[in-house]
Amino acid sequence: MEQRAGKALLKASGLTKRFGDILANDSVDLTINEGEIHALLGENGAGKSTLVKMFYGSLEADAGSIEWSGEPVSIGNPAMARQLGIGMVFQHFSLFEALTVVENIALALPKPGNMSALSARIKEVSEDYGLPLDPADIVADLPVGIRQRIEIVRCLLQEPKLIIMDEPTSVLTPQEADRLFVTLKRLASEGCAVLYISHRLEEVKQICHHATILRHGKVVAECDPTKETAKSLAQLMVGSAVHLVNRSTSATKTGDVRLELIGLESPAQTPFGTSLQAIDLDVFAGEVVAIAGVAGNGQGELFDVISGEVRVKSDMLMIDGESAGRLNINERRQRNCAFVPEERLGHGAVPGMKLSKNIILTRHTTGEGIVQAGFVSDRRAAELEKKVQSEFDVRMSQPDPDAKSLSGGNLQKFVVGRELDRQPGVLVVNQPTWGVDAGAAALIRQGLIELAHSGSAVLVISQDLDEIFEIADRIAVISRGQLSDAEPVEEMTREKVGLLMAGGAEKHAPMTEGAA
Amino acid sequence: MRIELVKRKNSSTTMAVLSPVIAVILTLISGAILFAIAGKDPIHGLYLFFIQPLTDSWSIQELIVKATPLVLIACGLAVCYLSNNWNIGAEGQFIFGALCGSFLPILFPDFDNWLTLPLMLVFGTLGGALWGLIPGVLKTRFNTNEILTSLMLVYVASLLLDYLVRGPWRDPDGYNFPESRIFSDSATMPLIDGRLSVSCLVAVAVVIVLALMLSKSLKGFEIRVMGESPRAGGFSGFSQKGLTLFSFAIAGGLAGLAGTMEVSSSLNQLLPSISPGYGFTAIIVAFLGRLNPIGILIAGLVLSLSYIGGESVQASMGISSKIASVIQGLLLCYVLVCDTFVLYQIRIVSTLRSGAQKEASDV
Repeated sequence: MEQRAGKALLKASGLTKRFGDILANDSVDLTINEGEIHALLGENGAGKSTLVKMFYGSLEADAGSIEWSGEPVSIGNPAMARQLGIGMVFQHFSLFEALTVVENIALALPKPGNMSALSARIKEVSEDYGLPLDPADIVADLPVGIRQRIEIVRCLLQEPKLIIMDEPTSVLTPQEADRLFVTLKRLASEGCAVLYISHRLEEVKQICHHATILRHGKVVAECDPTKETAKSLAQLMVGSAVHLVNRSTSATKTGDVRLELIGLESPAQTPFGTSLQAIDLDVFAGEVVAIAGVAGNGQGELFDVISGEVRVKSDMLMIDGESAGRLNINERRQRNCAFVPEERLGHGAVPGMKLSKNIILTRHTTGEGIVQAGFVSDRRAAELEKKVQSEFDVRMSQPDPDAKSLSGGNLQKFVVGRELDRQPGVLVVNQPTWGVDAGAAALIRQGLIELAHSGSAVLVISQDLDEIFEIADRIAVISRGQLSDAEPVEEMTREKVGLLMAGGAEKHAPMTEGAA
Repeated sequence: MRIELVKRKNSSTTMAVLSPVIAVILTLISGAILFAIAGKDPIHGLYLFFIQPLTDSWSIQELIVKATPLVLIACGLAVCYLSNNWNIGAEGQFIFGALCGSFLPILFPDFDNWLTLPLMLVFGTLGGALWGLIPGVLKTRFNTNEILTSLMLVYVASLLLDYLVRGPWRDPDGYNFPESRIFSDSATMPLIDGRLSVSCLVAVAVVIVLALMLSKSLKGFEIRVMGESPRAGGFSGFSQKGLTLFSFAIAGGLAGLAGTMEVSSSLNQLLPSISPGYGFTAIIVAFLGRLNPIGILIAGLVLSLSYIGGESVQASMGISSKIASVIQGLLLCYVLVCDTFVLYQIRIVSTLRSGAQKEASDV
């Protein structure tokens, strides 16, 4: 092992945690030094979250010990962790939606003091660290990206010695991420340690000093990420050669336009939603078009309009050359379109229903024999469920389980596979691999590319630039409800996309309402 | 120290089936304690309440007669509750349905032929559906809370009945008694035996149709999807507003049908009060029957027994028949408690950790 700077701040030895039959952490040893940005890598389900929850006191270890600055400690609860100087930024935010930014932060501080003084401090710290916040905003109105800032700023206000960050950049633009990296590097130079959990290996290489890699609850490797390649890190994570997406270069827009948006407009559906303005986009047969953008810039609204959950004027949306703006989602499915929404649970699938029932959800009007004379054929649904399961390698602990019992990656393979299995002519996917492990993500991306090659038009809405550059033939960027022209991937760079994300995509004066 | 309910990772299906049985047993135990407090022999009380009504054919008939409206109403309510529409105004829909079903024999006594009864049933069903649709429309159009509106409409309907029976619809030959004229034979449900009419067969038919609809049809799928996850329902192309109206119409319609059959078989006229709270008791029936039509059939008989048992202990032991309401209330309470414990477990949290409540429960 290479030499590492600084003295040990947190030292875990033999940490073990068992949930029922599953050994989530199997005697994990980990040392984080002062002033070190320490990456924790691993696939979904590798045990990263379990491990950091033990550091943060929200889970109790079954065995093993933790030393803090050389002293053995037992971290019984998050308040104790905070007292020691451990702060955490969660992947799933723990914010009260009905409260304002400052109220949320006050709740987490042991002595919040005067609210207006606290507001001023939040403004100062957040701007100082390049994460500006308006303390008076109500959390419910804020997009995910801003909510994360609240978490980060809340953490910073407690002047922690160790910050644990769970996938912090997943909702940020590259520029915002870069600013966060500056923040992190500054914190590190001030002696604060950062435990950085991420799937994004390039990021880890860029900012982390040291990496610990978990697989199946065990530490499989420690390394200096700057000396590794993204590929070698990925191999350590998944334990085998990574299946890289195979993309032929021949994909061009040779086919016909299959999905066409013409001056599409849609008012905001909720007081704090985004309105879509004059969106033009063609998606041709045989290509993958990706829409990049920061969370909360109208991606969800655009998806709802294309899927038909929200209707627009008839001529604003054409499917295979026919006006389709007024059609409902099932009429669009009958015209051979398929849709995969961002939320797997609760939108793409019903959590408490078996997978075979969830098959019915999107395929009951597509003429596949699932519904006959108003009655559901459970047998046919089960057949299709088995087919999707085997074609897309959906792993489950029992036959036909409830959707909620699948892991994120497996459920995502199911909801994408459910649509790919139909060989749709137009496929629209919002965040195809959000929070999905590398293996599943590669499988899903490969499926999307193969569908396009078979002559379908594929539209992917994603916040993951690595993904976009991996699979897209053309890239457009959405910003405050406006869409830039889709440009061939060869002519796009991350910088260009980043500038478009930051407002360059807006061709029209932004409307005052709804813009976040 | 603080007590928290924590959702169980795997809730047991066996327990979910057993929970109404446990609730019934707990109700029996509580009933025995009540009898003991009242100074009566608890075993004998329970016997009179729950067993004796099953020992002679008259009371078995009565059991079925009283179970019929309960089962019909509860079946409709199950559709509402499964789709997350909290209709608790079935009592009002029952009464308004009965009014709509009875205007024909009361206002047009000369229209007296084989069409009378079928028309009454149709009007009664439509009337109940209409009354049910009021909270449905208010909910979909103005986003009102259907629990409040449907409940308040109960009082409107029951006062309307009271007014009509004491006023315009009073029997002209009835010596000023607050009751309508007696229905003619062609306006009453055919009897099978004793007090037992074909109403109970209608209820069984409804149970079968609804059981098939809920378990096998696309509509049943829609109801369940919407109840659990409206967003996913919208993604599936179902309309939430449409389903809200549908379920209120079904529940109201079945309650109205039950109301019409009640006045045209058991009572044969309108009275200021035509229901001993069937519309409310049916809520208990729906939950005790697991919102499943077959379960509701059984639960309807159990709750019907509580009505007859109440009368039985009043007659034999001199205990107020209000004991029936107490027993019913206890039963609903125990059903809900048992269901809660099937889905959740209790965790006792020491206050030492209270500084971290939020994170601890969030993570």
